[in-house]
Amino acid sequence: MTTSDDTEDGEPTRREFIHIMAGVTAAAGAGATLWPLVDQMNPDASVLALSSKEVDVSAIAVGQAIKVMWQGKPVFIRHRTAEEIAEAEGTALSALKDPSARNENLAADADAEDANRRVDPNWMIVVGVCTHLGCIPLGTSSGENRGDYNGWFCPCHGSHYDIAGRIRRGPAPDNLDVPPYEFLSDTVVKIG
Amino acid sequence: MSHPSTYNPNSGLEKWLDARLPILRLAHDSFVDFPTPKNLNYWWTFGGILTVCLVIQIITGIVLAMHYTPHTSMAFDSVEHIMRDVNYGWLMRYVHANGGSMFFLAVYIHMFRGLYYGSYKEPREVLWMLGVVIFILMMATAFMGYVLPWGQMSYWAATVITNLFSAIPLIGDDIRTLFWGGFSVDNPTLNRFFSLHYLLPFAIFGVVMLHIWALHVPGNNNPTGVEVKDVKKDTVPFHPYYTVKDGFGIAVFLVLFAAFVFFNPDGLGHPDNYIKANPLSTPASIVPEWYFMPFYAILRAITFDLGPISSKLGGVIAMFSSLLILFVLPWLDRSKVRSMRYRPAARLWFVIFVVACIALGVLGGLPAEGRNVLYAQIATAYYFGFFLIILPLLGIMETPKPLPRSIADAVLNKHKPEAASGGAQPAPAE
Repeated sequence: MTTSDDTEDGEPTRREFIHIMAGVTAAAGAGATLWPLVDQMNPDASVLALSSKEVDVSAIAVGQAIKVMWQGKPVFIRHRTAEEIAEAEGTALSALKDPSARNENLAADADAEDANRRVDPNWMIVVGVCTHLGCIPLGTSSGENRGDYNGWFCPCHGSHYDIAGRIRRGPAPDNLDVPPYEFLSDTVVKIG
Repeated sequence: MSHPSTYNPNSGLEKWLDARLPILRLAHDSFVDFPTPKNLNYWWTFGGILTVCLVIQIITGIVLAMHYTPHTSMAFDSVEHIMRDVNYGWLMRYVHANGGSMFFLAVYIHMFRGLYYGSYKEPREVLWMLGVVIFILMMATAFMGYVLPWGQMSYWAATVITNLFSAIPLIGDDIRTLFWGGFSVDNPTLNRFFSLHYLLPFAIFGVVMLHIWALHVPGNNNPTGVEVKDVKKDTVPFHPYYTVKDGFGIAVFLVLFAAFVFFNPDGLGHPDNYIKANPLSTPASIVPEWYFMPFYAILRAITFDLGPISSKLGGVIAMFSSLLILFVLPWLDRSKVRSMRYRPAARLWFVIFVVACIALGVLGGLPAEGRNVLYAQIATAYYFGFFLIILPLLGIMETPKPLPRSIADAVLNKHKPEAASGGAQPAPAE
């Protein structure tokens, strides 16, 4: 059946074509107008400029840990003892809740063995934000509760992380993130 | 309810205006001569109380915005400046802060009243749904307002709540970044929350207008749940009968309001919010404002994975579902009888529902450990079970008590022994 707007061979008429073109142009215009209104909420250039940081770690004694700010978030840098390294390396993968390395320096499918969580075994560097709802886990400053696995403990909802920052018990789904970092020298690490 | 206009413009000016913009006619027909069921009890005064709450929040909020600075380095100090230096600043801030709590107290009573008397049922489904929209907008507004003083609880509440959105698969992290405007809660976040906190109350005001419009088409429900049958016998004009009754309810409510403002202004707040926000240190326990605690308890009750859904995503889904389920309530409750006065079984389950909601509120403020988790899971299961299982089944299985023939009948027989509207003697069916 043909209507007055269709030609004999079913092709759109000149009038329909104009309607379609006008509609598409209006939609494209609406999209182009909307996008700046959404994108203005994304991080701006001044925020992105703060995306890397160099830290001198020479003053951190064995067994100590510090917090530094990186991208508005705390990063934990722990100088691990020999026993802590042995404990982390001796943990079976089957004991881990999250089997993924969560290491931005490695491929996404790397597993969570200790070697995939750090560059240098002496230094454990993780983003100090609980993967549950973003609280800062305790255990960096001396005297704080380090949880049942001798690493970090999040007081908000009770997540326990081990000495390699891996989630062992509690509601957090993932291991603590390992940020992208490299050692520029023996004592200076560049995060980001 | 819809009714023929009874407005008579008296002066020449009123006649002139009525022919051009009949706004006085609208006001007269809506709030003076509006036919209102004659048996409304004090639970019905909370609509008026809520209007007063909204006006108080907007007025005090506009004043506070004249003295507040939305910047991470100055926000906390500017709030202290309001408290100590600005003339009557302490009063404006305490009224605004406690006004939020009073607003939620009133809205919860208003919602439970609607649940008990079946005010969400046909033909008032849209009225109810608009109410749920207002409730959700109120929650968003209150949350963003709580962030503005930039204390420890402000900062960490913002962190925890924005992190909820990262649980959404695929796009969650991008949405969270859009809220933050950076890599964590920071100055851009504070700025946009201030902007939206100023905007949303006016959006609420607009939806309130729709809510009143949707109310004035079918008219008020009433404690019997029986529709108005004879306007002359069943109703009285809104003014003076309900302007006075609402006025009394508002006055009593304001006494409670003033008691908090003047005698315990920080009683509903958290002392940690008088410590300036510190992104490097999380308070030992993060507790939301009391009016969010039931939903916080539901969030934390999901501690187990469900197939591919992690416990984190599961908690977020449960929390949002607990709100969204209210939208479909009119179609879940199949009973034709509105008021639970005449639904003996539903009334019992309703009382347990109120207890479950209060229990969730208490549990939301306690540490999520040991027994508390189990209790929160039981209460959460009941919350959803009430809507999804109990109400649909009761619609089929329950035998309601006989309804009064009309509102006038119910009122006139109230004080007689063995009233026709209830008691042991079954009254003639409709």
